[in-house]
Amino acid sequence: MKQMLNQKLLKIRNLKKYYPVTAGLFSRHVGDIKAVAGVTFNISEKEIVGLVGESGCGKSTLGKTILRLEEPTGGEILYKGTDVTKLDQKGLRKLRSEIQIIFQDPDASLDPRMNVGDSICEPMVIQNIGDEKKRMIRVVELMEQVGLETRQANLYPHEFSGGQKQRIGIARALAMNPKLIIADEPVSALDVSIQAQILNLMMDIQERWGLAYLFIAHDLSVVKHMAHRIAVMYLGKIVELADKNEIFDNPLHPYTEALLSAVPSFKSKAKGRILLRGDVPSPLNPPPGCHFHPRCHRVLSICNKVKPKFIELADGHFVSCHLYKR
Amino acid sequence: MENVILKVSDLKTYFFTRGGIVKAVDGVDFELRHGECLCLVGESGCGKTVTALSILRLFDSPPGEIVGGQISRDGLDLAKCSLRQLRQIRGNDIAIVFQEAQSALNPVLTIGDQIIEQIRIHMPVDYTRARDRAATLLKEMGIPSAERVLSYYPHQLSGGMKQRVLIAMGLSCDPQILIADEPTTAVDVTIKAQILDIFHELKVSRQLSTIFITHDLAVVAEIGDRAVIMYGGKDVETAQVSEIISNPKHPYTSGLIECLPDVSKSTDRLTSIPGTTPNPIEMPKGCAFHPRCPKAMKICKQQEPPEIITSKEHKVSCHLYT
Repeated sequence: MKQMLNQKLLKIRNLKKYYPVTAGLFSRHVGDIKAVAGVTFNISEKEIVGLVGESGCGKSTLGKTILRLEEPTGGEILYKGTDVTKLDQKGLRKLRSEIQIIFQDPDASLDPRMNVGDSICEPMVIQNIGDEKKRMIRVVELMEQVGLETRQANLYPHEFSGGQKQRIGIARALAMNPKLIIADEPVSALDVSIQAQILNLMMDIQERWGLAYLFIAHDLSVVKHMAHRIAVMYLGKIVELADKNEIFDNPLHPYTEALLSAVPSFKSKAKGRILLRGDVPSPLNPPPGCHFHPRCHRVLSICNKVKPKFIELADGHFVSCHLYKR
Repeated sequence: MENVILKVSDLKTYFFTRGGIVKAVDGVDFELRHGECLCLVGESGCGKTVTALSILRLFDSPPGEIVGGQISRDGLDLAKCSLRQLRQIRGNDIAIVFQEAQSALNPVLTIGDQIIEQIRIHMPVDYTRARDRAATLLKEMGIPSAERVLSYYPHQLSGGMKQRVLIAMGLSCDPQILIADEPTTAVDVTIKAQILDIFHELKVSRQLSTIFITHDLAVVAEIGDRAVIMYGGKDVETAQVSEIISNPKHPYTSGLIECLPDVSKSTDRLTSIPGTTPNPIEMPKGCAFHPRCPKAMKICKQQEPPEIITSKEHKVSCHLYT
């Protein structure tokens, strides 16, 4: 396993995405919303990295910034050694055939006036691949792969259920033979019985095609099921990153601890739950020092003054917290 | 059964639309006992929300109509009583907390105005007393600086705070029964934990009887005393929550439990229920679940399953147990 995962596909170094906030008649710049505030991690070939965090922590923005659907403010994104942040339009188009994205809401991401076959075919048209006949064959093949019937190719999105629409989204993402798929909460809009179908499908496809996923979700149990490694994000920063079993058996960051204990489960009936006080603070005006300190149950006196560093505490287990010293 | 404070029997709520008759609720039976938390569980479109709305007749009519069944509360049939009688019940005796806090609050009124309005409609108190009461309620919900929050507008609050304001509004007239429609669905895990905690507290401190609607079995395991599993507008299984989880009888219930990814175990593949929830206009004949059921038999396609009582507190509608 280790060896197989050694080949790094994507390296992200100190990635930042700020949204400027302006006020007044002359749009004076009054501050920045630091949606992604310096994130560093890698994704290896055939690896599934789970990215979890509460709403507003910047996980979706991070996903979009990797594809440059949002322009990064700073940092590096190295895909197979090339810096994505410096690519021109032509280079970007090529990149986007190798990195694809699946969105959360299949209703909003499919064109309601385009039949499903055309929707799946569209990426191939844009990338100018094959002729019409070859594309048709490919569409049929893809629909079978994701468990849709080929006769449904002429139907429109509203004729499908939520789970089927998500299958269409997956087929479209697969059309270009990508190496990496960014899945932005692909199952959170679906019913539980349908969620399991889609998760199984994504696992099958990952194995069959040898894909890497950046799997974004707020549901820890889903992430645990899918991912090899898990990154926990809070207010624009990754606070802990480790192998999934390590995260679940030995969480270091107090935020990870609280997240884990908040997951309702059949087995552990609310014993020793860590209740976090309050809400996620505004990213426009984050608390000084460690962003988590106002809600932390293990806060130290240093936490509201100094930002903790992101350190590798054990082999492959990174954490950003003053409780731990290398 | 003693202590039953609300009894719903054979409730049928249909919506008469241009596309056909939508039998959203088609024969639901359950009873709520004093001080318990009863969970209505099911996927979208199974009729759990319409069941809740039917109790207070809060759906649009037309197209919706209660076409059969009784909802008995203190000798009164809420399904047939006059609107005037129903208005005495709504909010005062049975209150409801809606899904999606964002759309349930009025964006142009302050939080205080909205809670005070409700208190003053139902109780003979002046503005100042009502305002004090509103502040006390918000404090009970664990909202810090409650006095200040009263003057806020909904957009100034986070999702978790809005949900808490809604619960406070539901409790503002000391109801006996609280219906909570997916209060934990659109919020983050840490906020979900806070809200479940509030419901725990309410059960202990107020002896409140709650009908808790959710699709999340893990939440049910945590908060529920008994659960009603719904599918296709019908209740398919009713039992104690511990019994439902350890000994599910209906294939749909066991499917729902198995398809949840559980953090405490790691499996390679999830068991999934094939197919999708049926279209309520053309429900499958016989048992509504048979096209998706792994144990379907010949009879399932032809006859609706009868309700079978397998033990004192456990009933299930499935041909497997006849």
